[in-house]
Amino acid sequence: MIIAFDEVRNNKIKSVILISFFIILIGFFGAVLGLYYGSIYFGLIFSIIAGIIYTLLVFNAGSNMILSMSGAKPVTKQEYPHLYHTVEGLAVAAGLPKPKCYIIEDSALNAFATGKDPKHASITVTTGLLSKLKRQELEGVIGHEMSHIKNYDIRFMMLVTVLIGVVTFMSDFLLRSFLWGGHGRRRDSGSIGIILILIGIVLAILSPLIGYMIRAAISRKREFAADASGAVLTRYPPGLADALEKISGDPDPLVDKANKATAHLFISTPFRKKHGISHIFATHPPIHERIKRLRAM
Amino acid sequence: MALSTLTVTLIVLGAIVLFIILLFNALIRLKNQIENSWAQIDVQLKRRADLIPNLVNSVKGYMKHEKGVLESVTKARTSFLNAGADMGKKAKSSDMLSNALKSLFAVSENYPKLQASQNFLQLQEEITGTENKISYARQHYNDMVMHFNTKLQTFPNNTIAGMLHFTKKQMFEAEASERKNIKVEF
Repeated sequence: MIIAFDEVRNNKIKSVILISFFIILIGFFGAVLGLYYGSIYFGLIFSIIAGIIYTLLVFNAGSNMILSMSGAKPVTKQEYPHLYHTVEGLAVAAGLPKPKCYIIEDSALNAFATGKDPKHASITVTTGLLSKLKRQELEGVIGHEMSHIKNYDIRFMMLVTVLIGVVTFMSDFLLRSFLWGGHGRRRDSGSIGIILILIGIVLAILSPLIGYMIRAAISRKREFAADASGAVLTRYPPGLADALEKISGDPDPLVDKANKATAHLFISTPFRKKHGISHIFATHPPIHERIKRLRAM
Repeated sequence: MALSTLTVTLIVLGAIVLFIILLFNALIRLKNQIENSWAQIDVQLKRRADLIPNLVNSVKGYMKHEKGVLESVTKARTSFLNAGADMGKKAKSSDMLSNALKSLFAVSENYPKLQASQNFLQLQEEITGTENKISYARQHYNDMVMHFNTKLQTFPNNTIAGMLHFTKKQMFEAEASERKNIKVEF
């Protein structure tokens, strides 16, 4: 039952690939912008250095960025003994150090885990979740989050969350420069330059879209996997199934502070169901499908 | 192009030595993890035993007619403290204590005054949390032991492990009814 170490290695490798892709893409954007404004090398080198610095920053402080973006506050054992006991228990079950506990003051039912590795991880739950779930249901949810931590999903997801944001911002900036950029424009970059700029525009339009699609596909798969290994931790799949049923039956799934960037981190999608939302961008599998699989265990 | 017998022998010997080194290290790693998870169980068991005098004191005043329940809790705690390092005895007395606490909390529901006591509720949460941690720690320990034993007993590891003086580890046995194993398919 011990969670496949492949899963952990997989996530570590994927994180490295993601970072490399990110730096190459940022470097390319920088080069195109540099070409457009006069110095291709300056753009390339400057953006790669900035990309590396930013990645280092994100790797070490990304989870704090995510926590403060979501309005999560750290809590003490005296305030929430019940939450602490559950988290401590499942950390013992998983053989991990105890993650830090955070709460979001919100009546919606939701939870997420983040951090760069199991030693620097945290679990966040909404106050609504704490007040409406029974002990075994809460254990199910925490078990799900604990398996995200154990197999390093949290690292990859944290990087995806923050890096997609920058790619979106950069491509936005690039497109704006082409649309409005008047001064500093140089037309003598030759045909190769024009091709590069065209590729840049196409990439700038496509990369955030591709990023969100990749994120959605990976995130959906991870939710099923975390449901399964979470159930192995608690040895009680109906706990999580009941919790998911309560979550899906809640009339107000909205977490006020969740946004498009952090949506995929949560145990259940923090948005209202929209009509006609395209399936490839959905970060969570349909909840009834997850309940069905848990009930079948 | 024929390899000399010496080269072949050296390659085979080298492979065998490498295999033994890798196996030895893997077993040592697992053994340390098992020791660590045993320490986890021990910590939680001690924590629970420490909480019990407080619990008994806080309920004594309310539950005058439940002497038997209180006595069985105290008795189970004493037998746990006397179990020493013997794992089988520890597991048995730990189960006894769990059951005694379960019946204590069950009868406590008949005492509304007790249910209103903040001190009692805090202790109950603390003990229930510790109980859960004990069963999770035990689950983790048993998983690790099973992993270790399987590695030890499968061929060809069993021949080598015996020579390296590794022996099978004992599980911290739980009652069969507590939490049943589940099958997970991806």
